[in-house]
Amino acid sequence: MKQSITLGRVTKFMGLGIFSTLKDLFTGKLEKEDFKNFIRKTIVPLASILLFIGIWHIGAKALYNKEADFKIQKALSDQGQAAADAMEACIASGDVSCKPNTLPSPAQVWDSYKSLLRDHNIIAADKAAFKEKTAVLNEKRIADGLDPITYTGRPSFVDQIFRSLKTVFAGFLLALLIAVPLGIFIGLSPTLKSSFNWFIQIFKPVSPVVWYLLVFMIVKTLLIDSNEDSSFTISFISVGLCSMWATLVNTAMGVSSVDKDYINVAKVLKLGPFQKIFKVVLPSSLPLIFTGLKITLSVAWMVLIAIELLAQSPGLGLFVWEEFQNGANDSNAKIIVAMFVIGIIGFLLDRLMLTIQNWVSFDKTEAI
Amino acid sequence: MSIVEEKLKNSAGSTVFSSSEVMLDLNNLKKIYPTPKGDYVVLEDLNLQIKKEEFVTIIGHSGCGKTTMLSMIAGLNPITGGNISVLGKPIKGPGPDRGVIFQAPSLMPWMTSLQNVMLGVNQVFPHATKAQRSDIAKYYLQKVGLEDAFHKRASDLSQGMQQRVGIARAFAIKPKVLLLDEPFGMLDSLTRGELQDILIEIWNKEKITAVMITHDVDEAIFLADRVVMMTSGPKAKIGDILDINFERPRTRKTVLEHDDYYKYRKHLIDFLEH
Repeated sequence: MKQSITLGRVTKFMGLGIFSTLKDLFTGKLEKEDFKNFIRKTIVPLASILLFIGIWHIGAKALYNKEADFKIQKALSDQGQAAADAMEACIASGDVSCKPNTLPSPAQVWDSYKSLLRDHNIIAADKAAFKEKTAVLNEKRIADGLDPITYTGRPSFVDQIFRSLKTVFAGFLLALLIAVPLGIFIGLSPTLKSSFNWFIQIFKPVSPVVWYLLVFMIVKTLLIDSNEDSSFTISFISVGLCSMWATLVNTAMGVSSVDKDYINVAKVLKLGPFQKIFKVVLPSSLPLIFTGLKITLSVAWMVLIAIELLAQSPGLGLFVWEEFQNGANDSNAKIIVAMFVIGIIGFLLDRLMLTIQNWVSFDKTEAI
Repeated sequence: MSIVEEKLKNSAGSTVFSSSEVMLDLNNLKKIYPTPKGDYVVLEDLNLQIKKEEFVTIIGHSGCGKTTMLSMIAGLNPITGGNISVLGKPIKGPGPDRGVIFQAPSLMPWMTSLQNVMLGVNQVFPHATKAQRSDIAKYYLQKVGLEDAFHKRASDLSQGMQQRVGIARAFAIKPKVLLLDEPFGMLDSLTRGELQDILIEIWNKEKITAVMITHDVDEAIFLADRVVMMTSGPKAKIGDILDINFERPRTRKTVLEHDDYYKYRKHLIDFLEH
């Protein structure tokens, strides 16, 4: 029975049912009795988003006024009335030099978002032009056995996002390659379980910062002869080590708690160890392994920001840190943009895992 | 003296068959579960011989140790004392010579019904070609009426259909002894009747020595050559054995209309209520 893939099915499968409801609304396919559902699933979330933006706007305004008042009062007490008037005029004019530095309003964040996109387009155009210009020369260099000239300009915000994604996927892959096989062995053997238990219990709660420092100590020495920038290596290994614990614990638990009936069937049929693992144990623990992998990916994304910041590895974490350090007038707004981008990507990564899980696993967990 | 009473004379497991006839032999079987309050004796001095091509049902109160006994025969539960032998050889752990149909269908839910049956067939007939093995699996799935569901995932099948796959899986590995642990206990009575018919139809063809636990008196009589009654635990043993002398192949109708049916039924119920 082959089922056709429709927008509705895909969005529902990914737990994004709201889009198909919206589509139904615009195409007029929405039934009367669906209307209540539509209000609950679409209108209410939209209203809560608007409410959130409203509170944010009011709060940001209050903070702005407090900061502005403080600046004026300070000018008054330090330099007198004239300075205070000048400060008030300066703030009202929106000049960069005296703008209150506080939580940006939603509108400012939106402007920053647009300016980051513009910036990205400029850099992308610049890059394309550079590529075109050097294409002939690079071909010649490669033919001569020389390294091609690469673009060394500033990365755009979008580039930073992709750098971060690259780091997080490398870290996630590392976690998967270590934690899943190790978890299977631990789950299968009570001896291994007791010998690894202390190890897991001690290292699981260690902070990302400490992992980073540990990895830094080791990798720095290992790569001492290399001129390559090791920040990417260090950050993805740290991300992997920080985030692998959930997968390790869940895999071990899934493997050791396979339904006794399945094990009995395997025993009666006298399946060999290899067959037992691949035909019975692994498929039946897939749901738990995937729960672990989902946690691992979200932890990886969460610690990534801190680790990039420490490792000075390009990416969103470094972007946030640099914005905070440079203190330009729209830095705060850019940080908030990064915050939303981080949040939304985290959400999409979670959905991605859920989709893969639904695909490979027999246990159809409802998308939450 | 009625037939029933006559058969009762040599009951209580004391009947001894000639060794060439015996398929499964339980000899002074004992099972103890250690508990913090001391040992709990589930089974003691349990003797039972089951002939080749015989269908035996075991009936007794819940918790009397029927399932413990069956899983010991299957080799899934270690023996505390005495021994179990198949064709004169003591058993060593579980093995495909003793096929089991579990109470829960116990299919791998991520596999199709064909894959579930093939899992066993591949194991038992490693030298057959892939086509031959798949033919065996398909043959038995057809026998249980699942010719349209070869490629359906087990998790998409109803409980009754799943248990049909369970039956096909057990017969397809051609065991010497078939052990059935209340296989229809979880089904509604209509489905149960259907599956009893399917089971007895295949069994009539294959004549695999079968031991089946049941709670259902009618099921016990309909399927069995002998009904074994177990005493209530602790220290459960064989309380009584009732020979069922209906001709095979049987149908539900001929069994229900037989004069002895209600005598057998009364005998079993008297034992259980005793």
